[in-house]
Amino acid sequence: MSKALDLITRVRGVRGAMLVSADDGLVVAEQLMEGIKGGAVAALAASLAGKLRRAMDAAGTGTSVFWHLQAEQGALLVVPSGNAEGGILVVAVAEPDVNIGLVRLELLRAAEALV
Amino acid sequence: MPDDIRALSTQLAQDPQSLVFLRLGEALRRKGQLDAALRVAVNGLERHPHLADAHDLYARVLTDKRDYERAFDEWDMAVRIAPHHTGALKGLAFLYFKVGDIAQAEAHLEQARKVEPDDPTIDQAIAMMHAGASAPTPEPAAESTVVSPTVVSPAAASPATASPTVGSLDEARVFAGLEGANEGLLLIDGAGRVLGGALRDRSGGEVTDAVAAYLAGVSQEAARTAKLLGLGAWHGLAAEGQHGNVHLAHPTPDALLLVVRERGIPLGRLTILAQRATAMARRWLEQQA
Repeated sequence: MSKALDLITRVRGVRGAMLVSADDGLVVAEQLMEGIKGGAVAALAASLAGKLRRAMDAAGTGTSVFWHLQAEQGALLVVPSGNAEGGILVVAVAEPDVNIGLVRLELLRAAEALV
Repeated sequence: MPDDIRALSTQLAQDPQSLVFLRLGEALRRKGQLDAALRVAVNGLERHPHLADAHDLYARVLTDKRDYERAFDEWDMAVRIAPHHTGALKGLAFLYFKVGDIAQAEAHLEQARKVEPDDPTIDQAIAMMHAGASAPTPEPAAESTVVSPTVVSPAAASPATASPTVGSLDEARVFAGLEGANEGLLLIDGAGRVLGGALRDRSGGEVTDAVAAYLAGVSQEAARTAKLLGLGAWHGLAAEGQHGNVHLAHPTPDALLLVVRERGIPLGRLTILAQRATAMARRWLEQQA
């Protein structure tokens, strides 16, 4: 697990990576820079993932395989692993100018490693 | 088969990588052989995806086939590749004119005039717009080569759409001119009420209201997440699904825009599309205020 998170945090601009329980929003594993509150990230990411999943289900686009919240001062990138409900979320917190494609790849790799 | 088309076809067959497909596609388009022109344009684009003239040719064929949404996308791509491509600038001006966005139409024609100040057709098109844009009859395409593309004059707009006035956009037109404007776009207010657009699921069922109801919750959660994590204001949420991709943005603080596309549309392209849709929605919302 820590190796997978290590590959994510090696990407320039990534401030932290975590594994989060999608079901209850608790931290499973984390590798964060100082100042990032893992518990808050986990809880908020899981909550947003749940709401997004319901909206995407309604829209007929199926379960999300990757999502990305873009904000002025940073970004939250998430890959759900396994069953969307009750599975694990692979989460990265990043700077706004991070290479999204690269982080996405590493998140997907980490999610594959979990299965 | 006319001699010129035959000769160009032979040349292309001998050297499929050559740019002769541009002349062949244009010749076919002018002869009204639109399906053949489309095939030539698509094949050419596959070999030369970064050639602005290829996107321009494809856009002109699509325009002749009245597929304005995809034509817009292709001309937009041409301008991204070659910002001074006058054919694409004039094409975009034409499409903006068709949906009644005179300001954008004129802005694109002005851009084209800066590149080709001696092109009289640009002045004519601007003058026609200023004259009220009545444009009673479509003009035949001006004689030109693909390198110096067809003048797409606002006067070529069909009678049904030829007399728009500034500020006349209605709800049905909020996304007009945008790729896939008739589906997969949804604009709602902060309370989850639909302002424009519509959504259908994969089986064709109407899901607009159901999705709208969920989106307000997604937006609130996105705002809360960004705020509590110290990320500042959120401006977009993009997601890849198993069967489709979505992008959520807020054109104004009180409105939400969802763009849904099939899985084959990559997230990067979806983001560009969403940015364009967001700008259109913002303009429309401002006009309604």
